[in-house]
Amino acid sequence: MNAPIVKAKGLARHYEVGGGLLSKGKIVRALSGVDFELSPGKTLAVVGESGCGKSTLARLITMIEEPTEGTLEIDDNNVTPDNWASLRSSVQIVFQDPYGSLNPRQKVGYILQEPLIINRPDMSKQEREAKAREMIELVGLRAEHYDRYPHMFSGGQRQRISIARALMLEPRVVVLDEPVSALDVSIQSQILNLLVELQERLGLAYLFISHDLSVVKHFADEVIVMYLGRAVERASKEEIFAAPKHPYTKALLSTTPRADPTATKERIKLEGELPSPLDNLPGCAFAPRCWKATEECRTGRPALEGDAHGVACFHPE
Amino acid sequence: MSLLKIRNLSVDFATASGQFRAVDSVDMTVEKGEVMAIVGESGSGKSVSMLALMGLLPWTATITADELSFEGIDLRSITPRARRKIIGKDLAMIFQEPMSSLNPCFTVGFQIKEALRLHMGLNRADRHKRAIELFEHVGIPAPESRLNVYPHQMSGGMNQRVMIAMAIACKPKLLIADEPTTALDVTIQAQILDLLVSLRDETGMGLVLITHDMGVVAETAERVSVQYAGQRAEEQPVRDLFEHPYHPYTSALLNALPERATSKLLPTIPGVVPGQFDRPKGCLFAPRCAYAQEKCHTTPPVPSGDEFGRALCHFPLEKEQRGVS
Amino acid sequence: MTDQVANTTEPAEVKEIRPSALREFWYYFSENRGAVIGMWVFLGFAFLAVFGPLIAPYDPTEQFRDHILQPPFWQEGGSWAFPLGTDPLGRDMLSRLINGARYSFFVGIVVVSVAASGGIIIGLLSGFAPKIIDTIIMRVMDIILAFPSLLLALVLVAILGPSLTNAMIAIAIVFQPHYVRLTRASVLAERQKDYVTSARVAGAGKSRLMFITVLPNCLAPIIVQGALSFSTAILDAAALGFLGMGAQPPTPEWGTMLAEAREFILRAWWVVTFPGLAILVTVLAINLMGDGLRDALDPKLKRS
Repeated sequence: MNAPIVKAKGLARHYEVGGGLLSKGKIVRALSGVDFELSPGKTLAVVGESGCGKSTLARLITMIEEPTEGTLEIDDNNVTPDNWASLRSSVQIVFQDPYGSLNPRQKVGYILQEPLIINRPDMSKQEREAKAREMIELVGLRAEHYDRYPHMFSGGQRQRISIARALMLEPRVVVLDEPVSALDVSIQSQILNLLVELQERLGLAYLFISHDLSVVKHFADEVIVMYLGRAVERASKEEIFAAPKHPYTKALLSTTPRADPTATKERIKLEGELPSPLDNLPGCAFAPRCWKATEECRTGRPALEGDAHGVACFHPE
Repeated sequence: MSLLKIRNLSVDFATASGQFRAVDSVDMTVEKGEVMAIVGESGSGKSVSMLALMGLLPWTATITADELSFEGIDLRSITPRARRKIIGKDLAMIFQEPMSSLNPCFTVGFQIKEALRLHMGLNRADRHKRAIELFEHVGIPAPESRLNVYPHQMSGGMNQRVMIAMAIACKPKLLIADEPTTALDVTIQAQILDLLVSLRDETGMGLVLITHDMGVVAETAERVSVQYAGQRAEEQPVRDLFEHPYHPYTSALLNALPERATSKLLPTIPGVVPGQFDRPKGCLFAPRCAYAQEKCHTTPPVPSGDEFGRALCHFPLEKEQRGVS
Repeated sequence: MTDQVANTTEPAEVKEIRPSALREFWYYFSENRGAVIGMWVFLGFAFLAVFGPLIAPYDPTEQFRDHILQPPFWQEGGSWAFPLGTDPLGRDMLSRLINGARYSFFVGIVVVSVAASGGIIIGLLSGFAPKIIDTIIMRVMDIILAFPSLLLALVLVAILGPSLTNAMIAIAIVFQPHYVRLTRASVLAERQKDYVTSARVAGAGKSRLMFITVLPNCLAPIIVQGALSFSTAILDAAALGFLGMGAQPPTPEWGTMLAEAREFILRAWWVVTFPGLAILVTVLAINLMGDGLRDALDPKLKRS
């Protein structure tokens, strides 16, 4: 049961930007060489700032895009565009923006049934409807919500609908792309609790994408920290928060605001901003902002090393 | 004399289905050199009250107040012409989306120089010098060449710095920052918040920080006003607020933070913020409140005294009640 | 799996009196007074188009040889028998105008539905097609748009032969690129949204994405464009009629009526003024209504 359900090795995705009919465009390395394994009932958090490649990762896992390099295995099946359709139902996604992720012209009942209509054409109308109604209750909405349009719901309720839709195909992996960052604090806790309970009950594996470390600390089992398309650190939640090894992780932790005015802590101030992914620096991507960077960092790229607690740095803590 | 004094401010909007009260009898005082935070969830009217102050609301809004004064000048009876003289000069504001707050058709240098021309009346050479100074001041590297850059050629953090440079160009006495870091990454957020506080330290301006992030409040603010559904629920100095909130809403909000969690399941506030169509008769928080009693559902509360953090509650929380909700 | 997850359910139902989408639409639409007036005029026009032959006092082609070029009733020589006078062949102006409404309405409906349905399909295809096909389609549309529209319609009618049907086909072809562009633009905007990605994750195929997921969300601007091009279609059909390339006499089409009466313009002002006024009022009313529709349907123009 606890064998990993998703295995990714050296996953990479490059985009070509610019370039017309004759000129060749530049290559953007949105994601390079990412490895991870995801087991049922576990939550793997992917943390990073904008442009770190976490959303690209979500697109690869949910089989919307094909990886440029590397392999992805779901349930021991090597994923290729040919078997996307058959593996579709095992990975589903919940998006960040509850206002953009539901089709405004479809009723909740149809929104929930659509995945079944597409993937289970053998299912009868009654069965589909029964299943949708069951799911509405499971995510804590009421039966009368079935016939309403999305615009009649609040952000938190819409997020429940999104979760219900993602669960309609009985997936084993759910990608949560910043599922609570658009919600108010009081609603955020309701949705997080719902996700925790669903995971316990259905044994779901979560790939939890977030930039909010306080939520990650509460929610995740394992954490991957990403910077500019590469994983810079990977460890269990306890390890990452207690003893971060990569300078970027340390900086990220120190700048995350804590709701405790009495806490005294030292913020590590990072100079400058994210370099452009077009540049494709020869060395460590973080070197231009790092206070520990040496000549070695600017010329060679460190690999992610270490089994339980991996870190990609020449000068880890 | 307080820098900014607001008494009993209400804002109503005319909408498709009748009047909607976005801000309901809010009081606020900001002193010179103070960092005041307004915290609230969406729909709490936290931005609307400040926009009303700036005169930036659409014509569908009706503003009523007993007092609305900035440095003793009554902003209610002032002419639009006189208001424009104050706004942008003594009273400046920055917004959440730095990308859309700057005009994409002009270089950032042109935009900041325009602000200097309108309010300071400097000549061309002085404007250029001052613009470079300001860019240096807010930590923009290579300011000279950045003046000729368009907003879309810079990152969000840089654009927010430009916005701040424009806002402080005329040495305002009060700067209102409406969710200045929500659209930015955490490492950039820390830079911007540090910049705002250090500018306050240097110039002695008042700073009003509108945010929904309790972490930002805890690390930046000195005094905090918590708003709920258009009303001020509570106002306290920041340490006291986080240590002993008096209003059940504040208490529940703090308990719902993941970083304060003690178990895998977080304490929640049931239900949602009341909207236009389901406004309760009594206390607006009563339907979601764990301590609500009969009286709360029927009679609207009045603010209590300073000893209870001016909590808008019939039964401000005692020490032993806190944290158990 | 049927029971609810404890603890996280919503509280008991709070009564919801949210306005329905239709009521909200009407609120924004009725704020524009010109639009409401335009809508009433348009409804009157539609009523005439449907029941015209029943209301009109005479048959539009019946010639009263004793009453040639009789002026309207308020002028000397006019009578209540022919309230708006008669034309050079002694036909009743009022009856002809009322019947003419039917042709104009017919032109509007046919042109808009042909142009819109073709334009929407091409626009959808273009929005979802690979870059090369998209480019080809859009360049062809650019070429069509580069011709002055009436000139192109004239050329088409000249090829197809002058008749009302051919005029309608020509106008529909000329209008098509506007719909293609509009549809493609909103398809490209909608495609970015998460709900489309969500449908793809659920395994939706291309045709499902196009017609079921995306298309219903692109309709608002197309409806507005439809209302506005309805009036332009009437105008162009009248112009073609006037040039002798549209409806042929004795059809009581407004533009054709104008053309027929051209030589009498100095002797009998009513034969040209009334058809002209009919065109003006109808087109103006539809344009006003279209403006109101845009205010109500375009979220960008909505005020809070």
